[in-house]
Amino acid sequence: MSEYEDNRPNPDELLKALKKEDERSGKGKLKIFFGMCAGVGKTYAMLSEARDAVAKGVDVVVGYIETHKRMETAELVLGLEVVPRKKVEYRGAELEEMDIDAILARKPKVVLVDELAHTNAPGSRHARRYQDVQEILANGIDVYTTLNVQHLESRADTVAQISGSIVRETVPDSIFDAADEIKIIDISPDELLKRLKEGKVYAAERSRQAVENFFKEGNLSALREMSLRVTAERVDHQIREYRRGQNISSPWKSGQRLVVAISPSPHSVSVIRWARRVSHTMDATWVVVYVDRSDKLSEEQRDQLAKNIKLARELGAEVVTTSGVDIANALIRVAREQNASQILVGKPDRYIFSRAARLIDNLMQRSTDLDIYIVGQEGSRSKRKIQSVIPWPQSSAVQYLTAVLLVLLAAIVSFPFQGYIGYRTVSFILLLVVSLLPLKFGPGPTVLAAAFGALSWDFLFIPPRFTFSIGNLEDTLLAAMFFVVATVTGVLSARVRKREKIIRQREARTSALFGLTKDLSSAHSQDEVITTAVSNIKKYFDADVAFILGDAEGEMANTPHPASSFKPDVKESSVAAWVYWNEKKAGKNTDTLPSAHATYFPMSGPRYPLGVIGVKFPDDAELSNDQESLLENFISQITSAIERELLNDVNRKSIVVAESERLYKTLFDSISHEFRTPIATILGVSENLLGHESEQRTGLREQSVKEIHVAAERLNRLVANLLDMTRLESGMIQPKLDWCDLRDVLNHALKNLERELEGRNVSVDVSDDVPLMKLDFGLVEQALTNLIHNAALHTPSGTGMMIRSYLEEGETCVISVADNGPGLPREDINRVFEKFYRAQNGKSGGTGLGLTIAKGFVEAHHGTITARNRTEGGAEFVIRLPITETVSKDSEETL
Amino acid sequence: MELTLESDGYSVRLVGAGKEGIAKAASERPELIILDLGLPDIDGVEVLRKIRDWSEVPVLVLSVRDAETDIVACLDAGADDYLTKPFRTGELLARVRNALRHRPSQQDTAVFSVHDLQIDLTARTVKKGKEYVKLTATEYALLSLFVRNAGRVLTHNFILEQVWGPAFSDETQYTRVYVGQLRKKIEDDPSKPKIILTESGIGYRLSSE
Repeated sequence: MSEYEDNRPNPDELLKALKKEDERSGKGKLKIFFGMCAGVGKTYAMLSEARDAVAKGVDVVVGYIETHKRMETAELVLGLEVVPRKKVEYRGAELEEMDIDAILARKPKVVLVDELAHTNAPGSRHARRYQDVQEILANGIDVYTTLNVQHLESRADTVAQISGSIVRETVPDSIFDAADEIKIIDISPDELLKRLKEGKVYAAERSRQAVENFFKEGNLSALREMSLRVTAERVDHQIREYRRGQNISSPWKSGQRLVVAISPSPHSVSVIRWARRVSHTMDATWVVVYVDRSDKLSEEQRDQLAKNIKLARELGAEVVTTSGVDIANALIRVAREQNASQILVGKPDRYIFSRAARLIDNLMQRSTDLDIYIVGQEGSRSKRKIQSVIPWPQSSAVQYLTAVLLVLLAAIVSFPFQGYIGYRTVSFILLLVVSLLPLKFGPGPTVLAAAFGALSWDFLFIPPRFTFSIGNLEDTLLAAMFFVVATVTGVLSARVRKREKIIRQREARTSALFGLTKDLSSAHSQDEVITTAVSNIKKYFDADVAFILGDAEGEMANTPHPASSFKPDVKESSVAAWVYWNEKKAGKNTDTLPSAHATYFPMSGPRYPLGVIGVKFPDDAELSNDQESLLENFISQITSAIERELLNDVNRKSIVVAESERLYKTLFDSISHEFRTPIATILGVSENLLGHESEQRTGLREQSVKEIHVAAERLNRLVANLLDMTRLESGMIQPKLDWCDLRDVLNHALKNLERELEGRNVSVDVSDDVPLMKLDFGLVEQALTNLIHNAALHTPSGTGMMIRSYLEEGETCVISVADNGPGLPREDINRVFEKFYRAQNGKSGGTGLGLTIAKGFVEAHHGTITARNRTEGGAEFVIRLPITETVSKDSEETL
Repeated sequence: MELTLESDGYSVRLVGAGKEGIAKAASERPELIILDLGLPDIDGVEVLRKIRDWSEVPVLVLSVRDAETDIVACLDAGADDYLTKPFRTGELLARVRNALRHRPSQQDTAVFSVHDLQIDLTARTVKKGKEYVKLTATEYALLSLFVRNAGRVLTHNFILEQVWGPAFSDETQYTRVYVGQLRKKIEDDPSKPKIILTESGIGYRLSSE
């Protein structure tokens, strides 16, 4: 550490290091011109800098500039290239928005985008302009933009307190933090007020209004201080990041973690903002926890919860949803899991008897080594809510009434029998009814029924009857105990039921995930994975699914995978394409393109996006938090399964490559000998011819030339075989099927071998019913040539050969090549078609490939080839070719 | 190859590339062009088309095995004959002689004979030895097409278009069926044809011997 202090890196070096890092990532750089409020000259400064850049030859365009009719600013825009704005129709009015597609298509080096906090017109691609900016940056374009301190999410509350006006258009701090450069535009409040009075900021009448409301000197000083502080904090933070990146031991205790508890209450908003400020200054990471007690949330609460979670994410928190009945225990568990040292909770509205207060008590008691922060609520008094933070399940009036009526019914039925059983027994009957109630009803109706049971027992049965007064102490005690026992039973069983419900839900979730994982692991191809995924999502979410895959070139397919259960139309496909390129989810229930009918999730792969999953829920479906996180789990499982299959494919391919490499090696080893033999002959004999030109006798000369010729023929055959083999091995054999007359093919093969067959008696018998067949003439000819040549090579000269062809069962054409030779070596009959197999006693000149090639060519026609020894002696090779099409011979009158 | 041809009395000009070849063909006006399809610069078929734009000079195409598609394209583009490498010297010389002999200008002979077959194009009669052979209209059309292009390789497509019409150029089974029938009537041994020869994967040729 001391070494570091001696050796303090200067700021320029720091900056350089940061810059380099960005260039590597290929993203555009974000520069924010940051000020305390409107009118300090941010846009002006941005434009001046843009003009300087243009003068240096940088390609700068204006994406969106709001001049506010300020002359000086408008003048600066002149001469810069402006991308035309897009017109958006909204409720009859025509709004102008930045045209992000035009900017991406234009692809400048730098684009100027004013007012980062702006909210886009409904129907635009993104809800907010900062999201547009993120997309532009992701495409490698630098952005200059402007921002006021009051629009910074974490400062919005404080600004509201200072100025009294609530800021709605806020920008997440993460955007600000991720900016590559912040340029603070600072002028003194006095000067700003002067400029305001001169009408340089707003037109005259608005100006006065503004001064009265917002631009009070006190306000301005506070805002100025805040903007300077934000900037300073940022610099501080950057240096820390840099140190961490460089592994320089930090003087701050690192690795602090905060666990922040939130609920579906609006108060959580201020807790979240506070947590973000604290964590930022402490340089701690923070985890926001929502404990789902599977209480039924009202519409309003659900919205609020979603907002809270979204806010936390935007401010850079990790969000964890966990389920549990006891919130304190759940929080402590998460804190331990996350290795956090602090827990942050909101201060309850009321301290006495409130559930939230009990939570704090429990936390205090159970969290031995953890720090607990309790955060006060900002501006909560004005809109306090009567509803408790964590409500019990709501029971309807009907349920209350039914519960009471059931008790009343029991009382009335027992009434005539009290003479026989005694009034005290009746209390047990009533108690039984009350204790059974929690099976159907919530704790509210149960407690009411318990009270009603006690009262009706007292009124109807305890003497004196039909009064609430009780005659003796015994009965008073019994009535009181009745009430207590009934209540406790009711509440306890309600709690058990609730816990059971949570467990059931958790089980359902686990089993859904387990089912999916099991199905996915038994899928053996990408298609199977997709089919499984589609059916699982359909089963658990009742939603339609579309898979659109990407390819290795990083292009998205035009049509969804055939297993998809819906097909996105053109508009939806463009949403999918956006998701594919940006690798962020979009569509329904998201911030991006929310008007789409389905939600699209990216499947990110290691090198290129794997594709997009579109999930289309039924129109009225609402997803709970639980389901949403289950769906995200599903998607990540599916993504990794698809990735797994992809890697398997790559693996399979590399195995094939390795196999063929091995083959080539064997081939070359064995073939080099075959090459060298004829070459040696040619070289030797031709040398002889050259050397003894004068004294050559014609007989010797003729002999030599013949030898050269034979050797050359052998070389030629070898090359042809090798080429055929290579074609076969590389899987390049695609038979060019055309109508062929088998007689023609046979003829050709025999003609090729005219010389090899010299002096042999070859009989050819093609049955008349062998029709024209669709074959590759060349391949079948080669196969037959190889078979016949093989027979000629391995039988003594003069041995007879029989070639026959006939139909078998009308659909298979049989071609048999038989000889009267010694036959095949019995132990090797099954090996004759193997590569490089050569009979031990075979004559030289074969390559061991001829039969392999014949087999390959026949199989390319979906035929088979077999070898056997004939009972009457000699070998027989039989080709069977399936007949797929036939030609009807049309008859014609002869002339 | 140059050696072989010169020793047989031909004068040979050797050209290394396609474009150069076209230029040479125009300036020297050779009696025969031997065109190798494996050219370094442009497609051999392209060379052939360029030459056929202005000349009817016989062209003999050379190619490696398994390049039937290229050969067919060349024949359809107007090449007269083809040879696949490696070939025998004798074969080359025979094809050269054949190509030079059957020039279009000498095609007016009314009576043509091959082996023991005599075809009279004006009388539309076919005689095998002393006997007349009865042919169907299509068979005769086919035979007369062969006779008029004796020695040349005719592709399946060309035959189909000439005999059956352009609409039938994909019905390749027709040529097999009719050539089979024709052979039965005019060959001594239809399983070893001597008059109509099969060019594997490409088409047929009428023997010129």
